[in-house]
Amino acid sequence: MLDVLVIGGGNAALCAALMAREAGASVMLMEASPREWRGGNSQHTRNLRCMHDAPQDVLVDAYPEEEFWQDLLKVTGGNTSESLARLTIRASSTCRPWMRKHGVRFQPSLAGTLHLSRTNAFFMGGGKALVNAYYRSADNLGVQVHYDSPVHALELRDGRFVAASCGNKRIEARSCVLAAGGFESNLEWLRQAWGQNARGEWPADNFLIRGTRFNQGVLLKQMMDEGADIIGDPSQSHCVAIDARAPRYDGGIVTRVDGVSLGVMLNADARRFYDEGEDFWPKRYAIWGRLVAEQRDQIGYCIIDSKAIGRFMPPVFPATTAHSLPELARKLELDESTFVRTLDDFNNACRVGTFDHTVLDDCHTEGLTPAKTHWARPIDAPPFYAYALRPGITFTYLGLKTNEQAAVHFGGVASDNLFVAGEMMAGNVLGKGYTAGVGMSIGTAFGRVAGTEAARAAMRGKGQ
Amino acid sequence: MTELEQLVRSAEQEVSRVMEICNACRYCETYCAVFPAMTRRLAFDDTDAHFLANLCHNCGACLHACQYAPPHEFAVNVPRAMASVRRNTYANYAWPAIFSALYRRNGVALAVATAAGIALFLMLAIALRGPLWIAQPGGNFYAVFPHNTMVAMFGLAFAFAVVGLAIGSARFWRGQSPGAITGAAAAEASRNVLALTYLGGGHGDGCNEQDDRFTLVRRRFHHLTFYGFVLCFASTTVATLYHYAFGWAAPYGLLSAPVVLGTIGGLGLLVGPAGLFWLNVKRHPLQGDPAQKPMDRAFIALLLGTSLSGLGLLALRATPAMATLLALHLGCVMAFFVTMPYSKFAHAVYRTAALLKWAVERRQPNRLRLSSD
Repeated sequence: MLDVLVIGGGNAALCAALMAREAGASVMLMEASPREWRGGNSQHTRNLRCMHDAPQDVLVDAYPEEEFWQDLLKVTGGNTSESLARLTIRASSTCRPWMRKHGVRFQPSLAGTLHLSRTNAFFMGGGKALVNAYYRSADNLGVQVHYDSPVHALELRDGRFVAASCGNKRIEARSCVLAAGGFESNLEWLRQAWGQNARGEWPADNFLIRGTRFNQGVLLKQMMDEGADIIGDPSQSHCVAIDARAPRYDGGIVTRVDGVSLGVMLNADARRFYDEGEDFWPKRYAIWGRLVAEQRDQIGYCIIDSKAIGRFMPPVFPATTAHSLPELARKLELDESTFVRTLDDFNNACRVGTFDHTVLDDCHTEGLTPAKTHWARPIDAPPFYAYALRPGITFTYLGLKTNEQAAVHFGGVASDNLFVAGEMMAGNVLGKGYTAGVGMSIGTAFGRVAGTEAARAAMRGKGQ
Repeated sequence: MTELEQLVRSAEQEVSRVMEICNACRYCETYCAVFPAMTRRLAFDDTDAHFLANLCHNCGACLHACQYAPPHEFAVNVPRAMASVRRNTYANYAWPAIFSALYRRNGVALAVATAAGIALFLMLAIALRGPLWIAQPGGNFYAVFPHNTMVAMFGLAFAFAVVGLAIGSARFWRGQSPGAITGAAAAEASRNVLALTYLGGGHGDGCNEQDDRFTLVRRRFHHLTFYGFVLCFASTTVATLYHYAFGWAAPYGLLSAPVVLGTIGGLGLLVGPAGLFWLNVKRHPLQGDPAQKPMDRAFIALLLGTSLSGLGLLALRATPAMATLLALHLGCVMAFFVTMPYSKFAHAVYRTAALLKWAVERRQPNRLRLSSD
């Protein structure tokens, strides 16, 4: 009989498979997607948040455990488990030599991401290169990898894994690691989770999924039905505002529009709805998805003028451009008089001091609601540019409750041969919010734990 | 994008489209010089496309790493987009312009040139000397083709190639001059050319051939080819020096500098191109521009023909086959020389120019302040 069955094909699944194989177990990995789409959301990632006490190859200065923990505490608002968070943090300081051994290569933070040069180790070539390296290593070590193999059901007995069903195949194994992602690709589930708003709209109908189309949450749902302990709010997801022209799935990083703090954001009624200059963009980009989701038609328009060009990461799609504000309003099919009034009001309220996009500067509005508290400069230098934005879902927080052994729990009791890693359990550490690279830290830490524990469970199973 | 739209777009427009996607992503930034050069730009006009395309070494790493590569609807394939523009560079900057047409069916062009070269020397041999199949005591080439005739013919052909490539590269440079060349920039570019830095994949593990595995074989085969070529060239240069400066006439002994250099170089020029040919055949189907395989393979075949006939000539120079082999060898070398500005050889010149451009450009202050920091 097979020792360890790993369900999923992203970073956490691969870490589990490699660790279990290195521990001497026979391992099979079932990836739902075809080979060319393998890797789940990991193919869109780019770095790993790493604790380190001194400069380390691509990482500058230090990022001690306590600071990492405080950052997590802050972004999650305390919605985390300290023991599992600290496990993740400590693992992030020691996992990179192992990652290198399996072919992952690191690079210093990319141009435009210097704010991450201390905290995040970037993967050379990004997450898909990392996934490729792990699959090569898995192949070399003799892990059996199956693509186009979505597991649709698990067979459990008294909280123990017995077998998995894929198509008309039934695969028995001594232990199992679940690492099949969240449910963000499941549009119907998202629709139900977000529900209907007061306007009678189903907001999720206008959502775009930034990552894979294969995270359908099939096993998450089955585990809920089987009575596994659940963590996280099903209506919550990491949601950023991305270019409205992005594809439904897999738009990834390039669909973001980083110009919001340099201009104003309007809704479908051509009115502003939030302080665009509240804080630095990397600290605020993740609130705009939800803000846009709350607007009519779930759409927002980022409006900038020529002063902003060359000051933010170039977006992937060209802007709508116009030589006057009324012309821009017409091109965007927004109410022209409201649009012009909103911009006039904003422009007149701007109190421009010394503009500096690298600090929280003194350019702000006076007597305007909502205010723009930094980087407020009149939008008056043609040509004018606009980007339509929609909510883009990165991942969902709903997951299986787990412990330091990455075990799935039923009624508070840990399963002794069913484990979970990656997005399916990230909510234990990251109950809400996000900070760059922490998803990969969780996936790597718990993938490796789950693989080790699954191999151990399989050895125990053999002994009996 | 529909297939038709893709066909209608120029290769340069495709580079612009792809680079705008890459510029919003940048995950590949440390694989090579293309991506850091890209981040200094917001838009990509034709001269940018030609610069970046020739900076690309076709290592292939960014294709396998790309989250937007086919079957993604963005269909980003940087190595292919760059390869397509490179052929346009060779053609657009070719001098005289009329010969740029040779890039349209470059495999045929090189085959015809080689056949013509061989035919020319076979006919010359017969005209100058009569029967081909006669042993030549001591393997004396000059009994077949007088030294001065050879020097005049090859000197002219080589000078023509040098002028053609010099004019092309000067125009390429002027297309978008990055500023004054400093000693440091020149040294860096030379190192990158001589060491083929960017066939290392940024991490030193090499580049991608059949799949996403990294391997250094291409850099090694290319080194054998390049340094083999350099040694062969050195062999000829030393022999010329012997002839004119010292009055030592060929043929030279087996342990003489020209023969040793030529033999080692010839072996490099045999193994290197053979390896590159094998890699070309085995390459992942999404890599490179399939339409350029005839150009690539014809050039490799011509190199192989040159080294094989040269080594054959050395081995059999005392036999009756000498005159025929000599004509074969000289025909190949002549074809190689005259097609230098109109064959894959041009990549060496434009790649070097692009590397020098980049070495100069990256020392200039970056005018963009793209801050998400």
